[in-house]
Order: sequence, then C-alpha cells, then structure tokens
Amino acid sequence: MTEIPSTATQAGWMGCEYCGHLSPLGPATTCPRCGGTVERRKPASLSRTWALLLAAVILYIPANVLPIMRTSSLFGSSDDTILSGVVYFWHSGSPGLATLIFSVSILVPVFKMGILAVLALTVRFGWPLDRRQCVMLFHIIEFVGRWSMLDVFVVALMVGLVRFKSLAEIEAGPGAIAFGAVVALTMLATHSFDPRLIWDTPRRAHG
Amino acid sequence: MSRHLLTCPHCDALHRRPALRRGEKASCRRCGTVLLRQHRLTPEQVLALVVTALLVYVIANSFPIVNLQVQGLTNSTTLFGAVFALWDEGRQLMAVLVFATTQLFPLLDLAGMLALLLAVTRSGPRPSWFSPLLRFIQSLRPWGMTEVFMLGVVVSLVKLSGMAHILPGVALWAFAALTVLMAVILSFHPRQLWDEPRHD
Repeated sequence: MTEIPSTATQAGWMGCEYCGHLSPLGPATTCPRCGGTVERRKPASLSRTWALLLAAVILYIPANVLPIMRTSSLFGSSDDTILSGVVYFWHSGSPGLATLIFSVSILVPVFKMGILAVLALTVRFGWPLDRRQCVMLFHIIEFVGRWSMLDVFVVALMVGLVRFKSLAEIEAGPGAIAFGAVVALTMLATHSFDPRLIWDTPRRAHG
Repeated sequence: MSRHLLTCPHCDALHRRPALRRGEKASCRRCGTVLLRQHRLTPEQVLALVVTALLVYVIANSFPIVNLQVQGLTNSTTLFGAVFALWDEGRQLMAVLVFATTQLFPLLDLAGMLALLLAVTRSGPRPSWFSPLLRFIQSLRPWGMTEVFMLGVVVSLVKLSGMAHILPGVALWAFAALTVLMAVILSFHPRQLWDEPRHD
C-alpha cells in the first residue's frame, strides 16, 4: 500500500482507537464518528503498565508457591502447586501435556512480564532495539497471554467433577486465584502499554 | 481529506486508506501491524454462524461435560456446576473469574455480534445503540476464553483418566463445536463493521 512518509502526529492528526477516524491533534476528545475517546497516546501509559506489571510480578510468587488445589481421599490429602502438576504429567507418561502446561503456566507468564518490562525500559531509556521487532514482540505477548488461564480452568473442572464426599474431593487452593490474577493483570498491563511510544522516543546512538 | 487516511495504532505511521476486497488485509509498512481486514465471509454468512454458535452455546452450558465413575459412584458437572462448586467452597473470586471468561463474556460477544450484524445487514440508518455496542464488543474481545477452556477440558480428562472411568457428556462435543465456531467468528474483526455496508 502507499505510504505517506510521515506519522499521524506529524501530519496533525490523532486516530480513534476503536473506529480509526482521524481527529485534529489536540487534547483528548470524543470521536465524532463512534463516540469513543480519542487520544494522541494512551493516558499515563508507562506508569499504568509499571503498576500493573509490578502487581503481577508480586502475585506471581504466591501463584507458584501456594497450592493450586488440594486432593483429599481415604488415603489422606495432598497439595498440588503448578510445578508439581507439571511433574505429575511428566512422570505419568504424558510428557507432551507436561511440556504444554509448563509452557503456558510458567514460560509464558515469565516471558510476557519480561518482554513488557524490556519494552517499557526501551521507551524510558531509549535503548537501541529494533523497533519493528519490538512491535512484533508486543503482538506475541498480546496473543499468548490468555492461554496461561489454562491451569485455572483445569482446577475449576477438577473441583466440579471430583466430589465424592468421603471417598475423594478436590478443593481449589489459594495459588489458583493468585495465578488467575497474574494472568488478568498482565493482560491489563499489556493493554495499557502504548507501542507508539517506542517510535516516539529518540534513540541513543550505539555504544 | 482525513477520510482517505489511516493511521497505524502501533507505530502512528500514516497511510492512504486502501480499498480492500473480501479476504484481503492491509499491513503497516513501518511495523507490520494489520491495519484493515476484510473477512472472507460476508456479514450475512457470519450472522448465520453466530446464530448457530448461540444454539451450540445453550447445549454446551445445559448438559454435563463429563461423567466420572469411581467405585460405583457417579458424578458429573456442567460448566456452571463447576463455577458453583468453587463459589460454594469459598473461592468466590475464582468462581467469578471462571464464570466471566468462559460463560458471560463469550455469550455477550455472541449476542452483541448478533445485534451488530443484524444492524449492518439491514438498510436504513444505524440504530443509536450501534456505536456504543460495537465499542463494547471491541473492548470485550480479549476476555472471552472459550478455546483456552476447551484445552482445559482436555487436560482435565487426561488427568482424571488415571483415577476414574470417564464418560464424555453431550456438552463436551458441544464445546468442541463451539470452539471451532468461535474461532471463525472471532477471526471476523468487529472493527470491520465500522465500514459496513460495503457496496460491492
């Protein structure tokens, strides 16, 4: 497609987040086409991203340390954390599922929080990273974040299904909601981050 | 003048608005973000899928997902039964999170799409609720997690198959069908509806 060699800001426009309608550059206003709020950049993008990200990092500790479910049966009770669930699948002959759960529950959240921190720091300090690749990383964390909810849904189903009074019961542990909160907070943090800031920041020269 | 221009939401680059045919998409030259998309299916066809998905949704949520048998005892649960069990044992916050992402938001998304698609496939002026509803659906999109839930069902079944006898319920197949339908419906970006109806 044809590119006009400038940005909306340089040309004196700001685009609506919802419908794309262009309004003259200025303070936040209501989009005449769809009624949404039009802003040049997302408001307080960096501070909101950091606040939500920090909350997610803090909750990530109880999410992994506390049990996500407790199984009680005639033979006593046992607690499962996210990692012990992975180990269980690995030893019970489902290395594929173990890898899947390890990826979405442990790798994805860490990767996501790490990438978001790098992007926010890039904006803050003008790190000379490839901007196009930064946007690509942003697309990836936007896409994969939701899949981390997997373990929360598994716990919910186990709780609903395994209810055999004295014989066997499964309860959700406090780690499960902490984990759910981590996923929701990182999704909100990603949504608060405005990738246009990466392009706005003047970059320091190499070295 | 501004009607013919398009700005990239991820890098602010300004582009001339291209005329897309069905099945085409336009990406930003500067950062690669998809700017515009015209779905392969027409709004009428997507409307038919949404109606189907709503029916499948009702089946998926009315019947047990799976029956579990342990030493002569049988237990089964619907999705709402699982949510209720969480609430019952004092995990209200988690119950709300699961209910919202697997039941409420997907239903609102489907119902909203039904209303929006009916509005664009009819001639005449747009109803007053059109714009607020479309913005609401655009914001809601990332929070419906039917496909993640479906994967959760599969993982749970594998986990339980070691300790109990499992009989798949009607809702298991309904959820599988709903996941496929939702995948097609969600690939139709609501943003495209701002530019409907098209005259082609």
